[in-house]
Amino acid sequence: MTKSPRTISPEAWRRSIGALPWLAAGGVLAYAFVFGGYLTTVMSFALIYVIFVTGLNIFMGFAGQVSFGHNAFAALSGYTSAVLTTSYAWEPLAAFGAGLALALACALVIGYPTLRLRGHYLAMATLAVGLIVYEVAVEWKALTQGYMGISGIPPLGIAGLEVTSERGQLALLAIVVALVLGAAWRIRESRFGRALAAVAGSEDAARALGISAAHYKLTAFLASAAFAALAGSLFVHVVGFVSPEVYGLHMVVLSFTMLYVGGIGTIAGPFVGAILVSLLPELLRRFKDYQDLVYGVALILLLIYAPKGLSAMKGLVRKPVPR
Amino acid sequence: MSGFGGIAPPTLAIEGLSALYGHVEALHAADLRVEDREFVAVLGPNGAGKSTLMRAIMGLVENRGRVAFRGEPLPRRSPEICAARGVVLVPEGRGIFGPMTVAENLELGAYLSRAKAEFERRRERVFALFPRLKERLSQVAGSLSGGEQQMLAIGRALMAGPKLLMLDEPSLGLAPRVVEEILSILGALNKEGLPILLVEQKAPLALQLAKRAYLLSVGRVMAEIDPRTVASYDEIAAHYLS
Repeated sequence: MTKSPRTISPEAWRRSIGALPWLAAGGVLAYAFVFGGYLTTVMSFALIYVIFVTGLNIFMGFAGQVSFGHNAFAALSGYTSAVLTTSYAWEPLAAFGAGLALALACALVIGYPTLRLRGHYLAMATLAVGLIVYEVAVEWKALTQGYMGISGIPPLGIAGLEVTSERGQLALLAIVVALVLGAAWRIRESRFGRALAAVAGSEDAARALGISAAHYKLTAFLASAAFAALAGSLFVHVVGFVSPEVYGLHMVVLSFTMLYVGGIGTIAGPFVGAILVSLLPELLRRFKDYQDLVYGVALILLLIYAPKGLSAMKGLVRKPVPR
Repeated sequence: MSGFGGIAPPTLAIEGLSALYGHVEALHAADLRVEDREFVAVLGPNGAGKSTLMRAIMGLVENRGRVAFRGEPLPRRSPEICAARGVVLVPEGRGIFGPMTVAENLELGAYLSRAKAEFERRRERVFALFPRLKERLSQVAGSLSGGEQQMLAIGRALMAGPKLLMLDEPSLGLAPRVVEEILSILGALNKEGLPILLVEQKAPLALQLAKRAYLLSVGRVMAEIDPRTVASYDEIAAHYLS
């Protein structure tokens, strides 16, 4: 009697494919941490984007809404952090608190009237706010120094203890990302998360069951703005510099790409998407003049073969039908 | 007047209810009433405003007029409060949450009730009425058959603990045998005392169950009829809707 060594149950198969994106992204991160160098910088940016995209995912993936203006919340918080720590010598944590409050206040002012309406009012309003905040950052030179930007922003730290090494920053960001992903998971599995999924599924049906759609959409909007604000503040401390371009329309395009490539509505999606999309230009550098072309082709291929994103690849393997 | 407390207010009393989509009025000053424990049908052809009527009662569409539930006015702009008060709608096209499992759909039905024991009690009752839902608990709702989806939509509404169940064309797109099964369950629910307001285009089955029926045409309540006095839907149509 010979045992076949190659019997893998379909469910185990599915699970290992599901773990693959986590492992790949985690592997790159570990590599960057151990070997240091330029990849560490790339990964630091990627992790900041993981936070930003996770926030966006709560609003767009969980609640099924659209926002083109989350860069505004990152900008408000980032600039608050930059100004308060350089001109007024605030602690980074306290400055972030102020930035978060400003971003949330702004989100409330936009979200409260528009989220009661259906359709694309909110998407339009957010797009407008993103553009307005950008213009303010460019024009209010007394505060933001316009295109020159603000430099000399102190690194992250508490009570004189500063994280200055690239590795240290990467480790700190990884801890924050772990907490953020944990929070997103908790949100999705909570009563609140279920309500968001219902609103995303059918707003009318959800309301007819007593789920207050406007209330939950607003809460999701505020929560996602808070994540965006966190990402915005972390960015200025990690880089030590901020200018309007940092939070420009490019940020919106990039975060959308990460969200859809990684897998909207999933927990792993923002993590995998942000790391892959940050890595792609570095991997494609050897193509020189054709870099953008190859980048575009790579994205198209991803959307064709993994339309629900990399983290939903386990869906490509058929789920065993329960009997 | 009498020392016995007088007459109980009707479960649902609607006076002059109009509904608007933008500037277009799709329902014109409708009057309608559902008494306690009563099964009432609203019949009408396609485009008569049946769905609009249901949506207007729930406050899902802009509307004006008076809607009272058990003698208390219902807010006109808040389906959430209507649901919390026990007015539960099974919407047209079922409105189930396709990507979620059957179990999760049922859970969302009981969203407003946080009591665990009550939740279990309601769930057991839904399983008793629709045994097939119990078999399919972990299945994704979108993969159910049309009949099963309708059962899920009704089961989910029952999880909300309705004091008035409103259904918007539950027979839509279903095989006659399935429709009969679903309507007989509605009949059983009503016998237990649950008031039901049913909107239907296919009249014969609804007429078997209903104690009273309203005829709706081009956004107006045309007549109130006693189903026992009519032999067929064609007769009604010939009289009122031509």
